[in-house]
Amino acid sequence: MTLTAPLAALGRLVLDMLASIGRIAIFAFQVVSHIFRPPFYPREFLNAVLQIGWFSLPVVGLTSLFTGGALALQIYAGGARYGAEAAVPSITAIGMVRELGPVLGGLMVAARVTSSIAAEIGTMKVTEQIDALTTLSTNPLKYLAVPRVVAAVLVVPVLVAVGDSIGIAGGWIVGINQLGFNSSTYIKNTVNFLQFWDIGSGLVKGAAFGFIIALMGVYHGMNSGRGAQGVGDATKSAVVAASVLILAANFLLTRVFFGS
Amino acid sequence: MIELRNVHKAFGSNHVLRGVDLVIPKGTSMVIIGGSGTGKSVLLKSVLGLVRPDSGTITLDGQDVTRGDRDAFLARFGMLFQGGALFDSLRVWENVAFRLRQGARKLPKDQARAIAIEKLRRVGLKEHVADQYPAELSGGMQKRVGLARAIAAEPEIIFFDEPTTGLDPIMSGVINDLIREIVTEMGATAMTITHDMTSVRAIADNVAMLHGGKVRWTGAVSGLDATDDPYVQQFIHGRAEGPIESVR
Repeated sequence: MTLTAPLAALGRLVLDMLASIGRIAIFAFQVVSHIFRPPFYPREFLNAVLQIGWFSLPVVGLTSLFTGGALALQIYAGGARYGAEAAVPSITAIGMVRELGPVLGGLMVAARVTSSIAAEIGTMKVTEQIDALTTLSTNPLKYLAVPRVVAAVLVVPVLVAVGDSIGIAGGWIVGINQLGFNSSTYIKNTVNFLQFWDIGSGLVKGAAFGFIIALMGVYHGMNSGRGAQGVGDATKSAVVAASVLILAANFLLTRVFFGS
Repeated sequence: MIELRNVHKAFGSNHVLRGVDLVIPKGTSMVIIGGSGTGKSVLLKSVLGLVRPDSGTITLDGQDVTRGDRDAFLARFGMLFQGGALFDSLRVWENVAFRLRQGARKLPKDQARAIAIEKLRRVGLKEHVADQYPAELSGGMQKRVGLARAIAAEPEIIFFDEPTTGLDPIMSGVINDLIREIVTEMGATAMTITHDMTSVRAIADNVAMLHGGKVRWTGAVSGLDATDDPYVQQFIHGRAEGPIESVR
């Protein structure tokens, strides 16, 4: 008994984990299947666009600005070891649009939006508002999940694009003020170096991260436990799951896009 | 007519319903009483399909409630939730008119708003409340808005989940009277769960007492005081001593 207890505990953990993955996969499939079937809730969708997109602009902008500036400083310092300081504009740009723009943008939006969706829907669950929706002949998946997931898939790439631009601008500010670059040369080097797919791949990542961000918020909110502690736990789990999944998806997508 | 036959429901090891049999004739008001945690809410949610029973059958006019067109089934119901369950993000009138703005028979905004204001008046709320948000209202007002929402689409069957919990005695009386009046004037079938005996006497035609996952006693409200069932007697007189354990 004592010998097998740790094995049993490990087995239970693995089974619980697999069951969770299965439940999330089924939930994701259900949400996607409802996207194309009426009724649609345009007002909920527009509200989600506003909440997820517009109100996330300041946090994504500031994160990108400081990251772009720091990146330029690091690349200058690292490049100096090989006499490659001139690569600052191009490497800053590629680093921002391929990796840091989507990943940091995704993580910041996850912190802001996943938590808020999970807490809102979790509170709705605890106060029986989700049951009330059902009794009023409204499918909670269609009313709560679909508008948020679709909005996030569409607006997170836009946030990533804005973040990319501001991040590159952050590098440019540091470049011309502190590292002695000429402004027009910096911009020319950036624009000439970047290829369409450098930017495009980051935007595709943004859409995938948007899906994860909203899905995790809605899933954990709808499965929230009772009371304030239940909602708190749901919110925490949603943000942790979204963050880990964003980083894992980033690796997988990078491997698919640039692995060869 | 709503009919439950041998309904069982367990949550893990907690066997909440252990073979409930109950009949609610059309147009009557049934009140389910019983202590906290005896499965009253689970029973009510089972009828609505929010909780799926493990075994047994629940029928509405002879049709199994778990089969058939869910939307058409739910369109016959109105429900007042214990805490109101009003949607925080919507104004009061939008809450009341929620069902009227959904589905194939969706009403135009102006018409839905007019009906919402009429229903709010019916429950004693003034027109200016319509544009407020639920969080701006007191508990009693939220309950009235919940009641207005439950009756907005003129349902045939209305469920009330602990309608007076958390209200002062006067507001409880107001809500009880409203429920009685509305159920009578609409000719609706009503099912109420409560442990407030004043509510029971004000609302009920018939009473069923749930204990140990089964219907312990059922009969007309007039028979409540006459019965010699020790469980019912202990419950309606609020005695700590008796067959129902006070520590559960």
